[in-house]
Amino acid sequence: MATTIVMPQLSPTMEEGVLLKWTKKVGDKINPGDVIAEVETDKANMDFTLEDEGTLLELLVKEGDTVKLGAPVAILGEPGEVAATATPGVRLPLPLAGEGRGEGGAPTEIKPEVTTKIERTTAQAEDTGRVRSSPLARKIAAERGVDLRSVAGSGPGGRIVQRDVVSVPLGSRRDNSADAVKEVSVAVPVAAQPSPLPSPASGRGGEGDQKIPLSLMRKTIARRLVEAKTTIPHFYLTMEADAEPLWAFHRQIKAATDEKITLNDLCIKALAVALARVPAANSSWSADGLLRYGRVDIGVAVSVEDGLITPVVRNAHLKSIGAIARETRDLVVRARARKLKPEEFSGGTFSISNMGMYGVREFSAIINPPEAGILAIGAIDKRATVITDGASETIAIRRRMNLTLSCDHRVIDGALGAELLREIVRVIEKPIGMVL
Amino acid sequence: MTLRQAQGGSGDKYDLAVIGSGPGGYVAAIRGAQLGMKVAVIERAELGGICGNWGCIPTKALLRSAEVLDQLHHLDELGLRADNIGFDFARVIARSRAVAAQQAKGIAFLFKKNKIDHLAGTARLAPPRTLLVDGKEVAAKRVVIATGARPKGLPGISHDGDRVLSYREAMILPERPASLVIIGAGAIGVEFAYFYAALGTKVVIVEALPRLLPVEDEEVSEALTRSFVKRGIEVITGFGVERIDTSPSGVEVIIARQGADRRTLAADRALLAVGVRGNVEDLGLEAIGVKLERGFIVADRTHYRTSVDGIHAIGDVIGPPLLAHKASAEAIACVERIAGVKDVHAVDYTTIPGCTYCRPEVASVGLTERQARESGREVKVGRFPWRASGKARTAGETEGFVKVILDAKHGELLGAHLIGGAATELIGELGLARSGELTADEILGTVHAHPTFAEAIKSAVEDAYGEAIDQ
Ligand SMILES: Cc1cc2nc3c(=O)[nH]c(=O)nc-3n(C[C@H](O)[C@H](O)[C@H](O)COP(=O)(O)OP(=O)(O)OC[C@H]3O[C@@H](n4cnc5c(N)ncnc54)[C@H](O)[C@@H]3O)c2cc1C
Repeated sequence: MATTIVMPQLSPTMEEGVLLKWTKKVGDKINPGDVIAEVETDKANMDFTLEDEGTLLELLVKEGDTVKLGAPVAILGEPGEVAATATPGVRLPLPLAGEGRGEGGAPTEIKPEVTTKIERTTAQAEDTGRVRSSPLARKIAAERGVDLRSVAGSGPGGRIVQRDVVSVPLGSRRDNSADAVKEVSVAVPVAAQPSPLPSPASGRGGEGDQKIPLSLMRKTIARRLVEAKTTIPHFYLTMEADAEPLWAFHRQIKAATDEKITLNDLCIKALAVALARVPAANSSWSADGLLRYGRVDIGVAVSVEDGLITPVVRNAHLKSIGAIARETRDLVVRARARKLKPEEFSGGTFSISNMGMYGVREFSAIINPPEAGILAIGAIDKRATVITDGASETIAIRRRMNLTLSCDHRVIDGALGAELLREIVRVIEKPIGMVL
Repeated sequence: MTLRQAQGGSGDKYDLAVIGSGPGGYVAAIRGAQLGMKVAVIERAELGGICGNWGCIPTKALLRSAEVLDQLHHLDELGLRADNIGFDFARVIARSRAVAAQQAKGIAFLFKKNKIDHLAGTARLAPPRTLLVDGKEVAAKRVVIATGARPKGLPGISHDGDRVLSYREAMILPERPASLVIIGAGAIGVEFAYFYAALGTKVVIVEALPRLLPVEDEEVSEALTRSFVKRGIEVITGFGVERIDTSPSGVEVIIARQGADRRTLAADRALLAVGVRGNVEDLGLEAIGVKLERGFIVADRTHYRTSVDGIHAIGDVIGPPLLAHKASAEAIACVERIAGVKDVHAVDYTTIPGCTYCRPEVASVGLTERQARESGREVKVGRFPWRASGKARTAGETEGFVKVILDAKHGELLGAHLIGGAATELIGELGLARSGELTADEILGTVHAHPTFAEAIKSAVEDAYGEAIDQ
């Protein structure tokens, strides 16, 4: 029986994808796991893998076409079968959804001839603009500003239900399996947040004003940040650190190796080391309990064209500075090329955002849920500083830097936040701790 | 031939072998046949399992007799009169058996219609993966275990089939006991309490937990207790059973509250209804490596796979909730997964209704008020008593209420608890609301016919929002 293959959801937030390239052609035999095309999503270029078996009977879209999620792209069947008999849209492969297809691998697998009578659900809502969703899902979506057209439904017949709209509860989505990734992680400095009020929408706009269409990434950033800033009780702590030791340490490293290691890499390491020493702060909130992580995975905010993304450096507390630098560099390059895989920008336990290179002295960042904190790094600059040496006090010119920690008060109380921040400052002021 | 060898080649073998023919097993078999599989069902007793033969069906037949008798006793309220109201206990029992037998026949017919082979006998699994029926090998690619459960006793106290009964003997007694002590106030204990009390038996029901139907909402338990006490049933909660002494003429049940306040209850017989345990013994499970936990088979709740490839398990034998419709729902999901059906509706364990068919009937779905509050949500609770319902008053059934628990934010129906009225029928609307994720708005926006029992659901939701019209 011929089947219509539809555009799958290849990134957690994708609504449509550009079919960049067909890697199989009409008449090719397809085995489960074969890549049939390359697709550009809102996040990255992804392989489009089929879990079905058959022969490609027809390609319905051209390379370069933009295709809505769930819209037909090809027809798969038996050689010689007439493509027109394909059952419409019965297959929506969802590589991100939890249920694997079928019962792969069991030695006693049976594959009875499955006839049309078991294709019991009605066709996926074809692209008529109507989205099938439950009343509860619609209410929650309206409340959170979620565009239902961007959500893949997991209910009967692809209906969108509550669990599809509610991003997996804070704290419980931390396992690294791809299926737990429902939302894109975006951490962003407050300054970059689109101001929600007052809205210019009612006005027509003055002469010379221009309306820029919202990209998928922009919409996601807006939604995620509104959710984070309105649901997480943020509070902020700032400390000033003596940056001279870090500066000197950085110069030493530079002199000792050809490898490009940035101050930012050192800050990632410092945060990771401090979190390993104050494990209570490395936790997430969830209604049924705080989740204290056994790993320290640092999300690094990276600005990309038209937005931001936070790739994750895993187990940064255990990695050498060189390894962190290499990994971060690679992640940043691929983030800007939109080549990150979903698992590379999700599942962090704490984040860091650095605006020092823009000359920003101090800022407060928005937490990237379900993490419980983010460290904002300001510029290192020379300041007049009171140096106390026994009874004598002098004013000297020293390099200093401001560090601001944003904390989720449900997880981190003031004292714990201060303890973590003090520990970060301690590592930065005694950077030898990063290599011990 | 072993399961493994059965793969591939053709010949006289089954795609699916189902052990047990209860609401888990027979539904699995029929769904498999509908999907094109060659199916065998191995059953050592009557077709239909506990549900059809010793559970749901025969007890509901008994309860129907009790309920009608009950109504006859209240005829004068309706302006009616009947003389010589009475019953013939043996015929009440015989009718229940006849209804059960019909159920078994119906399943035999369905098997024939779906070309399912019924292999009468006892199934066993042997290493490496061989299925034996009364010692003879049967080749099957997949096995679904649906062997159900059987009554369990208490430490040091077990059934003797004569004075200390299980539900099985309690539904086929040769004569009505003049007095009965029921131990355990779950659905089974409560149903038998109602049944025998309606027939004039002096019933005492003892529950170790603080209330009747401990899994139900507390208000429901309270209302049921009031009703039972009014009927003359003695309700003793918070008491455990220490010992049962039997003699040829009766029993003495010694109960105590945490070792103190010891009391002795004397009666003709005792019914021990303190729960069930999975039928996991003598199946050869350990030998082939199927994992067990607390007396039930370990199986996941999407594919119902056991720890051994190709062997699945569903129904009572994988643990609570021990309900026929839960077993059947698992059967469908399990077999559809095996067949590779797309869009399998996974069983949503938060929408499984629970019903108790005593009078007043009890039915519920979702969270109790306490569970909802403990989940940390803000909730709205709405109630509608049957005495405010026009339909209930015309029917003369004004005991009990409808209670709904809604999430304050979105109006999601978190739970519903009904006692009285047509509770066990009405729970369907509430289950649909939960599984369809309908909110208070959709229930309020549905015009309910008047006068019906069902309109009380809408009234209860109105009450949650302080908009009740009829209250
Ligand atoms: C008194 C009573 C009243 C009940 N009332 C209700 C009710 O109103 N509503 C409700 O939902 N539930 C009720 N239940 C529970 C319901 O009966 C069970 O949940 C249901 O029967 C479970 O179905 P099942 O298919 O898992 O197993 P069962 O119905 O127990 O069937 C298992 C079958 O497997 C067979 N079997 C076991 N081992 C082997 C073997 N080795 N070889 C071959 N055959 C084997 C048994 O003979 C049996 O027929 C009641 C139970 C009782 C006891």
